[in-house]
Amino acid sequence: MRLHPERGLGLSLRLVLALAVLVFFLFPIYWLAIIAFKTPEEIFAYPPVWVPENIQFANFLVLFKDGDAETVFNSLFIAGVSTVFAMLLGTMCAYSIARYRTGGNLFSDWIISNRMIPPIVIVFPVFLLFVTLGLVDTYTGLILLYTAFNLPYVIWMMKGYVQDVPLELEEAALVDGLNRWQVFVKVVLPMVRGGLFATAVFTFVFAWNEFIFALILTRNEVTTFPVQVTHYFGGQSNFWAKIAAMSMLGTVPIFIVVAFLQRYLVRGISLGAVKG
Amino acid sequence: MTQADPFPLSAEAGARPVRRRPRGTGFKYWMILPAVAVILLIGLFPVIYTAMKSVQNITMFDQDFSYNGFIHYKTLLNDTRFWKALAHTLIFVAVALPLELLLGLAMAYLFLDRLPGRPIFVTLLVLPVLVSPIVAGATWRLLLDNRYGPINQIIGWITGTEQTLLWSVDPNLVYPAIILAEVWQWTPFMFLLLWAALQNVDQSQMEAAELDGASWWRTFRLVVLPSIWPVVAIAVLIRALDLFRLFDVVWALTKGGPGTMTETISIYAYVQGFQQFETSYTAAMAFMVIIILAVTVTIVLRKIEIDR
Repeated sequence: MRLHPERGLGLSLRLVLALAVLVFFLFPIYWLAIIAFKTPEEIFAYPPVWVPENIQFANFLVLFKDGDAETVFNSLFIAGVSTVFAMLLGTMCAYSIARYRTGGNLFSDWIISNRMIPPIVIVFPVFLLFVTLGLVDTYTGLILLYTAFNLPYVIWMMKGYVQDVPLELEEAALVDGLNRWQVFVKVVLPMVRGGLFATAVFTFVFAWNEFIFALILTRNEVTTFPVQVTHYFGGQSNFWAKIAAMSMLGTVPIFIVVAFLQRYLVRGISLGAVKG
Repeated sequence: MTQADPFPLSAEAGARPVRRRPRGTGFKYWMILPAVAVILLIGLFPVIYTAMKSVQNITMFDQDFSYNGFIHYKTLLNDTRFWKALAHTLIFVAVALPLELLLGLAMAYLFLDRLPGRPIFVTLLVLPVLVSPIVAGATWRLLLDNRYGPINQIIGWITGTEQTLLWSVDPNLVYPAIILAEVWQWTPFMFLLLWAALQNVDQSQMEAAELDGASWWRTFRLVVLPSIWPVVAIAVLIRALDLFRLFDVVWALTKGGPGTMTETISIYAYVQGFQQFETSYTAAMAFMVIIILAVTVTIVLRKIEIDR
């Protein structure tokens, strides 16, 4: 409860404004969704049709029949596996930094500075490296790259969560005769479960939505869904139905995942700047 | 205390766990080793490799690995297309970032007080942030289509005449189109952070300021802003760095066109490296970008710390 609510704009006026804002931010998603369900006639009707007469799934079925929908599974596999690796390696590193000050501030700063390098700068030498190693257009290549790309974020976030774990618990466990690794696995990890979850979600979303790396490092074997979407762009004749349907296939899963994890949203999105 | 552990027992309870070197500190290094190895391979190696390639002379036709001096850097200094790309990038940062910040702040205030259905509003408003940027770009391309998009239709309703604005081709409209898509996708990000930060502002200070009869602006400047400043700073930093690497939305909307009008640094580097295969030249460009970024970020961070 805040003091003097009557001093602000009137409630009804704020509600109207809030609805207007909501419409602006949701309308594009609504438009994308209805195109995915429209018939070609309605997509290319003039003036544009705002509420489709008949909902149909042909645009999606085509993607599954042609195998284009497999790119969603590529995305799922690559983002999933790289998230597991990044979480594992990142949390270990974060624990060492948080508890032992390993490497001091300089090391922490160096870690996070890796996050600031633009992908286009990294991807160019990485591409040449991957050509040498035969990793272009392989799951291994993209998984390795996304793991590395997400590590600074995971380390930064998990460092914050580990620092919140009361030290007494770990001390007690050490006195009880657990070794340091056991303390990490049996005491610390369960304590930061919430943080692991929150961080993993955003790690997954980054990898899932990423475009430049995937554009350059995949050909046709492990194409991810954002790259597949751009395959339908072409001069004058865009395959609108396919663009929209493919985009929906790649977007809805993320919405569903995050809907269950709303309370982690703020901290995860802000690199831990806001403790939530 | 027989245990040679890194944790100070009760004597120092509450103190930070930094230590007199315990036995077996190998553990802490084993814990960081895998992460560091991966980051070195994919983070540090590329930077060094880029620096090396940039002083050689490798093109699609010529695999010349000999030392070539700083010729590519000299060329780069005279490459107007590079400086234009840098300017375009900075325009996007300079226009989109303040817009996102101000709109995000306005929205944060709008949702600060109690409002029916507020949690649902906030959750739904964040959806654009979760959309893949390439999908966001594609979506706006559909929305802004000159004939089958609803935006021209809406503008037509307002102006009373049919509109066929060519948003992704017309030189006067490509910037507004890209910025619109960027602002749509990332204002909710600013909103979410500022909204959370505003809720942590000390209410008693606010009340004291109100009792003193301070104006809204004065209260904002002296009470609210200092309190939310750390969050504002990190949000602006994250977004500035993101906008500096802008690629996806432009790629989906204009591919840098018409001509090279909306070409950003990332897109120009992509064209040079992966369409022209100017390996060494691209490397020089990439290294230049790293230097520009490192210098800027260092200066800005210093400035922020001095101001505090």
